[in-house]
Amino acid sequence: MGEILEGLKAAFLLLVTLDSDLVEITLRSLQVTLSALVISSLIALPFGAWLAIRRFRHRRLAIAVLNALMGIPPVVVGLFVYLLLSRSGPFGVLGLLYTPSAMIIAQVIIITPLIASIAHQSLRELWAEYHDLLISLNTTRHQRIKTLVWDGRRALLTASLAGFGRAIGEVGAIMIVGGNIDHATRVLTTAIALETSKGDFSLALGLGFVLIGLAISVNVAIHWLTRTEREGRW
Amino acid sequence: MVNSILPLELQEVVVSKRGRRIVGPVTYTLAGAGTTIVIGPNGSGKTTLLRMMHGLERTSEGRLSWAQAFKEASQRQSFVFQSPIIMRRSVLDNLAYPLTLAGKSRKEANEAAARWAAKVGLGSRLQQSASRLSGGEKQKLALARALIREPEVLFLDEPCANLDGKATRVIEGVLQDAKSNGTRLVMSTHDMGQARRLADDVIFMLGGQIHECAPVQDFFNSPATPETEQFLRGDIVE
Repeated sequence: MGEILEGLKAAFLLLVTLDSDLVEITLRSLQVTLSALVISSLIALPFGAWLAIRRFRHRRLAIAVLNALMGIPPVVVGLFVYLLLSRSGPFGVLGLLYTPSAMIIAQVIIITPLIASIAHQSLRELWAEYHDLLISLNTTRHQRIKTLVWDGRRALLTASLAGFGRAIGEVGAIMIVGGNIDHATRVLTTAIALETSKGDFSLALGLGFVLIGLAISVNVAIHWLTRTEREGRW
Repeated sequence: MVNSILPLELQEVVVSKRGRRIVGPVTYTLAGAGTTIVIGPNGSGKTTLLRMMHGLERTSEGRLSWAQAFKEASQRQSFVFQSPIIMRRSVLDNLAYPLTLAGKSRKEANEAAARWAAKVGLGSRLQQSASRLSGGEKQKLALARALIREPEVLFLDEPCANLDGKATRVIEGVLQDAKSNGTRLVMSTHDMGQARRLADDVIFMLGGQIHECAPVQDFFNSPATPETEQFLRGDIVE
């Protein structure tokens, strides 16, 4: 109990003094996570819609694989990306290992299946609702996807926020590909892991509270900005 | 002058699902102007016939052809469903949707949407979420959305089922206007009064086939078969 109170105190102090290290790693956490979220959403949302409307051979298998990929262990993703980006790997020449870009790549791989799967589930129901109308209006496949993504945007926002939640709290993969280098690739989660291993639990807890606050703030801000609960409007 | 997509010709057309024949074989030609009302007992194939004509159901056998290429024909027809499909948008955006698909500018689409909303009595609800409309209002919205592209042929599957008299009167008025403006109407109904009010000719479906097809006066005054007579008397016909 004492350590939790110490943690809260540490978090409070870090925040009110606008600790420069805290600001730096918080901004880096946001930069990496939001970049990964934007890239993943651009891939996963249209893909989820496409999967909802398209009938093809082995579709069920594709959906099963997508759902299974939601549970892919981040550490394995980290290892996979590490091997690809390491000097001897196929993309070693790009020099991306131990950079925020490598962390973004790992997070994109982790959260894209999650966002795509949730998007697919939501849009499948919307497609069942709209199917006859959109066929009747002689829409193209592109128009159908566009319509589903727009009209299902509230559910898709939830899918993206789930991806954000997973990415902001991710530690295993980004530790491997980022290396937790001070002033370069250190983010909130890897800093918490480091402080814990050093035995500085109050600072680790303080960082943890900041991380929780950040996750909640971003969720609330996105809901507020998109006014998803506004009365009488979609 | 744009070439008409009519006549629509059905030759020995069959619609089957999971090996079970739902409709057919049907041979019929939809041509000219006016309103064709499709009646028949539940399960006789009225909805499937309309959906098949519109291209929502695949034909298993036979030949269905419009006077124009399929793509051209499908862009000049609309369908109103028994349970209106309402998009998760405002009334205005629901109405503007078919026009934006057709490449109209947002301004043009919104102006037309506002005109049609006023025509069906939804002029004051433009910015409201369409999901908050009542059942009758949703059906009016669906009808206006179907007519906004001024289709040459409009299919309606029991559009007034579950509606009160007031909403039914508005919808029938809009349909009469559309007919006067040259839209060919094909509509299924259970309401014999409505059939008498709107029909120029009647198709009587029984057991998935067109049992009788006749001008409205002939159909109601001198039915050609005992089954039609029984149906009009209100007896159960299978």
